[in-house]
Amino acid sequence: MSRLKLTGIAKEFGAIHALDDVSLDIKPGEVLGLMGDNGAGKSTLVKIVAGNFAPTRGEIRIDDEPVHFHNPRDAQLAGIEVVYQDLALCDNMTAASNVYLGREPRRRVLGVNVIDYAQMRARSSELFAQLKSETRPRDLVRRMSGGQRQAVAIARTLLSKPKIVLMDEPTAAISVRQVAEVLDLIRRLRDQGISVVLISHRMPDVFSVCDRIAVLRRGTLVASKNTHASSPEEVTGLITGAIEAA
Amino acid sequence: MSSSIESIIDQSEHRNILSRIMNVQIFWVFLAAVLACVALSLYTDTFATDRNLFNVARNFAFVGIMAIGMTAVIASGGIDLSVGSIVVLTAVVVSTFMADGYSFWLSAIIGLGAAMLVGAFNGILIAYAGMPAFVVTLGSLSIARSLALVVSDNKMIWEFGPDNDLFLWIGGGSTFGLPHPLYALTVIAIIAALMSRWSRWGQYTFAIGGNEHAAVLTGIPVKRLKVGIYMFSALTAGIAGILMAGWLGSVTTNLGQSMELTVIAAAVIGGANLAGGEGNALGAVVGALLIEVIRNSLVLLHIDPFWQNTFVGSAIIIAVAFDRFRRMRTSS
Repeated sequence: MSRLKLTGIAKEFGAIHALDDVSLDIKPGEVLGLMGDNGAGKSTLVKIVAGNFAPTRGEIRIDDEPVHFHNPRDAQLAGIEVVYQDLALCDNMTAASNVYLGREPRRRVLGVNVIDYAQMRARSSELFAQLKSETRPRDLVRRMSGGQRQAVAIARTLLSKPKIVLMDEPTAAISVRQVAEVLDLIRRLRDQGISVVLISHRMPDVFSVCDRIAVLRRGTLVASKNTHASSPEEVTGLITGAIEAA
Repeated sequence: MSSSIESIIDQSEHRNILSRIMNVQIFWVFLAAVLACVALSLYTDTFATDRNLFNVARNFAFVGIMAIGMTAVIASGGIDLSVGSIVVLTAVVVSTFMADGYSFWLSAIIGLGAAMLVGAFNGILIAYAGMPAFVVTLGSLSIARSLALVVSDNKMIWEFGPDNDLFLWIGGGSTFGLPHPLYALTVIAIIAALMSRWSRWGQYTFAIGGNEHAAVLTGIPVKRLKVGIYMFSALTAGIAGILMAGWLGSVTTNLGQSMELTVIAAAVIGGANLAGGEGNALGAVVGALLIEVIRNSLVLLHIDPFWQNTFVGSAIIIAVAFDRFRRMRTSS
């Protein structure tokens, strides 16, 4: 059984072929490292799986069922969560509001639906504790450190007990200690049976958490192999094109 | 144990700091308005009269109503320059229908419909065509006023058919000693204040103003919401237009001319951030109050009215400078 199966995914923006015939298969609880140079198509692939773009061709299956996403909400309902590279946080709002952005719980007061801030704060607090983060639900994101912001973005994905979490360069702009925490978190997600797609430029991160590594070059998948059967040197070669395919 | 202590610290810190920061600008603007009122009561014997206070309450209500709509637009990261023209368009449409013998209520619905059509026009071009709000609403500023000229043939309308008296009573009358526009302002302000805090729409407005890209990525229907926000702004302008026409007892085509600047000023003085993401309905009301008190005081103190906009302009700059200063202090 595969959790996420991509078959022949292609995406064209006018004359530009961003992705061409990409097929991938991810099992439950598997961590896949997605690597490639800038412009290789990693972000495009993530956006297709996350429901931001529809693929020009190809099929997406989740738990062997074909799915069609018209917007990010469809992908969320199918169990796909994304941590975006820029984290997609609203600086002017609190941590709790950001965790729940777009799916605020509501309760009825005098026959009117109002946002249930108490529930939002309580649940976000639990998630931050689970992430061992010192982030407080009422703090404004504007006044947070890079690691705290990361925790808010990751807590957001955990809200819906996801099947697959896509992470776009989660370790690119944070401190060494926070990198270790994020990698620990990825392992915790995996232990709960959540599949993780980790997009990263950082070879050590990918080799320390990923079960498998897939390499994209100019929109084509040039490798998809077990981490222990590969090496940083080989992956570097695949990314740059020094090695044609593996 | 430790978590409960943390949560108590958390709460007490935020009760103090957050609520203070959230309210500080409204508080100071309100204090400025109150001080001006006290000073005027002491130095003139014309300010604290029933007649003058009644006029101040009514005059600031028009700007206040529109500033609430403007605050929503500004909080979402936009701007609406067309509100002054929507005032005259609505007033002309309503009075033309009434003069043709239609009831007030039917005419009001048609007038507000016209206003919201302009708002929808703004919103659709801004949200779906991705055009800058400044340019789109600058265009509809011209278009709406021009349509008002076309509909009215640039003639003054001062007879409003069978519901003439009702129309004048709604805009110019009073109940329990308070002018009717003040009631309209109160209702709209309460609804807007509750919506902005407790409804998803309200929170999404701030989310769009804070990080529109993030709002899109989290699945918020940003485009639809933006159209709704501009329609709301247009609706408040339409309501103000109907009330102003009823108060004046006649509609001329210069009604609401350059009113957009006063309305934007009221919203900004009340804490709306032109960069988006911040704004407060009650702040808009207090901002409108301060502008009207300044205007009124210049008249009562027999200061040349040509100075009026110097004072209003200074109030805007002081409010923004104050906000800037506050931000520098909290970030360091």
